[in-house]
Amino acid sequence: MSILIDADTTFIVQGITGREAVNLTRECLDYGAGAKVVGGVTPGRRGREVHGVPVFDSVAQAVEHHGAPIQGSVVTAPPAFTKDAVLEAIENGIELVVIVTERIPRGDVAQMVELAGERGARIIGPNCLGIIVPDVVKMGGIGGPARDAAKAYSPGSVGVISRSGGMTTEMSSTLTAAGLGQSTAVSIGGDAIIGQAYAELMPLFEADPETEAIVIYTEPGGRMEAQLAEWVTANDSRLPIVAFMAGRFMDEMPGMSFGHAGTIVEGKEDTATEKIARLAEAGIVVAEEISEIPAIVKTKIAARAGAAGRAVA
Amino acid sequence: MRFFEYESRQIVAKAGIPTSPHGFATTAEEARRIATEIGGPTVIKSQVLTGGRMKAGGVKFADTPDEAEAHARDILALEIGGHMPRGVLVDSKVDVKQEYYAGVVWDGMRKQPVILFSDMGGIDIEEVAESHPDHVGRGHFSTIHPFSDFQAKQVIAATGVTGKALQRATPILARLAKLFVERDMTLAEINPLAELADGSFVAVDAHMDMENEARPRQKALLAELGVGEEETRQAREATPFEIAGEAVDAMDHRGVAGNVTEFDGNLGLVIGAGGGSLTLFDAVRAHGGDPANYCEIGGNPSVKKAAGLAKLVLQKPGVDKIAVMMSIVSNTRVDIVARGVIKACIELGYDPAEKIAIFRIPGAWEEEGFKILERYGVEYADRSVSMHEAARRAVEKIGAAA
Repeated sequence: MSILIDADTTFIVQGITGREAVNLTRECLDYGAGAKVVGGVTPGRRGREVHGVPVFDSVAQAVEHHGAPIQGSVVTAPPAFTKDAVLEAIENGIELVVIVTERIPRGDVAQMVELAGERGARIIGPNCLGIIVPDVVKMGGIGGPARDAAKAYSPGSVGVISRSGGMTTEMSSTLTAAGLGQSTAVSIGGDAIIGQAYAELMPLFEADPETEAIVIYTEPGGRMEAQLAEWVTANDSRLPIVAFMAGRFMDEMPGMSFGHAGTIVEGKEDTATEKIARLAEAGIVVAEEISEIPAIVKTKIAARAGAAGRAVA
Repeated sequence: MRFFEYESRQIVAKAGIPTSPHGFATTAEEARRIATEIGGPTVIKSQVLTGGRMKAGGVKFADTPDEAEAHARDILALEIGGHMPRGVLVDSKVDVKQEYYAGVVWDGMRKQPVILFSDMGGIDIEEVAESHPDHVGRGHFSTIHPFSDFQAKQVIAATGVTGKALQRATPILARLAKLFVERDMTLAEINPLAELADGSFVAVDAHMDMENEARPRQKALLAELGVGEEETRQAREATPFEIAGEAVDAMDHRGVAGNVTEFDGNLGLVIGAGGGSLTLFDAVRAHGGDPANYCEIGGNPSVKKAAGLAKLVLQKPGVDKIAVMMSIVSNTRVDIVARGVIKACIELGYDPAEKIAIFRIPGAWEEEGFKILERYGVEYADRSVSMHEAARRAVEKIGAAA
């Protein structure tokens, strides 16, 4: 099992004729069982093909050609055109939009997210690398070419959620090396406003019987770690969570942004120190180094299994 | 990007919000002229992009144009928090009956803007929210449905404000909410918003922050305000080293080798990508290392760009060695970065094996990259060596060298 996508998920790539999108399409087609990329959209390029995927002028044409609703879209359009592309996807019935594009103003993101909410759609990103279900399917550039992705990701029971695309792979690779596979890894994006933060994905992992633990990569800036801590406390989650916090040095440098647009210390709540405290209060272990994570995860899973065993007995 | 108060006041005025009569001056003589035009007591305010002006002596009251000129002269020469003022704002001293706070910010969790209003203006809103939560009104609003004035009215009324004050303040807060969205602000604040003795409302101070990503589409406004494209308006002014870093990144359009930030240590860092750089910088410090800089490589930069960045770091005074480290890469090619950093060493007359403390970039094209590094005797590591372990090795080497 997995969250958000599986082997049968159909999706399109908007902006498919761009250099990065062409590579991404190849990667998705090659990985696992091969993603069902049923079309691509670039205005004015109808009739072309990208690695055998037909290109259309509009999402409506892609849906019509497919002859059934399309589930997802990976949006790679440039920042000035992203909002329009996402609204087009949502209004054409697409329920899962992965936005790869970075440097989109917050006002645009807010509009996309609000419309998605009204239409029952879900946005991952922007400024993210997408979603991967190890050995099955990937939607987005996550993990890179199929051969590289196969090196880092392996199937298993750990859900990974990360504000950094590259660190999603680094942490999953560390888990894989220690014999811990991943159920689904989600790169949620590094911006100040994103479609899905940790707490919004937790119910999906919670409902996935295969997932036994969560590993998250976090950064200074924003309230989403505090929100996760509140969610965990309020929902008595069955899933142990292990976190890694990067950018601790930023606490000394208020008002400066490093790494991602969303990382900026504007108030006390934004600091790494404060976030670590919030996470710890909710029982979330914050590892000092990434290499410590697998051992902590194993201990936590064993402890839960032991507690569950005693409860049954 | 942050705006100076005199710019923020213009932004507010363009949105139809009245402000107290004022003018911007870069010389004491100009300040005197403005004070004469205003006719009456004035307030001379330093125009710096930092807080704590009042405490630092950057705000002074003047009864006459002579006094205004003298204060302006002092303030123009006064450094505040490491910043020299851009000029002074000569403001009329208005007869204030009551001070309010009006602001709009993003709520990243609700993913909507939120309007804030308080009848306790003139002080920091976070303080008011903590000490007198019942004096702060809040309301989120949609960015896809039209904004209507009642949304502003509700927030004001929630603080207990009624009568003429409610009627007068409502359109002002509504205009502030609209300008926040239309101008791509991340913060739009009027504090204080003053109710004068005659019952009218004016903005006495304003603070606006615009999203950097929106600069291209807000060109017209920036041009009207006279903000140049080269003005970054970051929290800290760029150093010559950082400006040279921007030039490296601008060498060509392939990938990123940028966001260079200067520190004063002896270990040069050629690191990436976004999250990887944050992790590695922390890791170096956690092992007692002293970074000379921060930077971010990503998106597969050219050999030329990687070499340019490495050269810049290698030539920074006080740098003994560089550590070249990234999280696992899938887009950036290991061999290209390897070529770049070796080229930089050789062109500067250094032995790469000696200058590069460690090279830890696993991922795309790593076999090719590692072969090159081996040929030059550079210590490298694959993904079996953690980012923290790589940082530890680099710090250990530089410790041995020092």
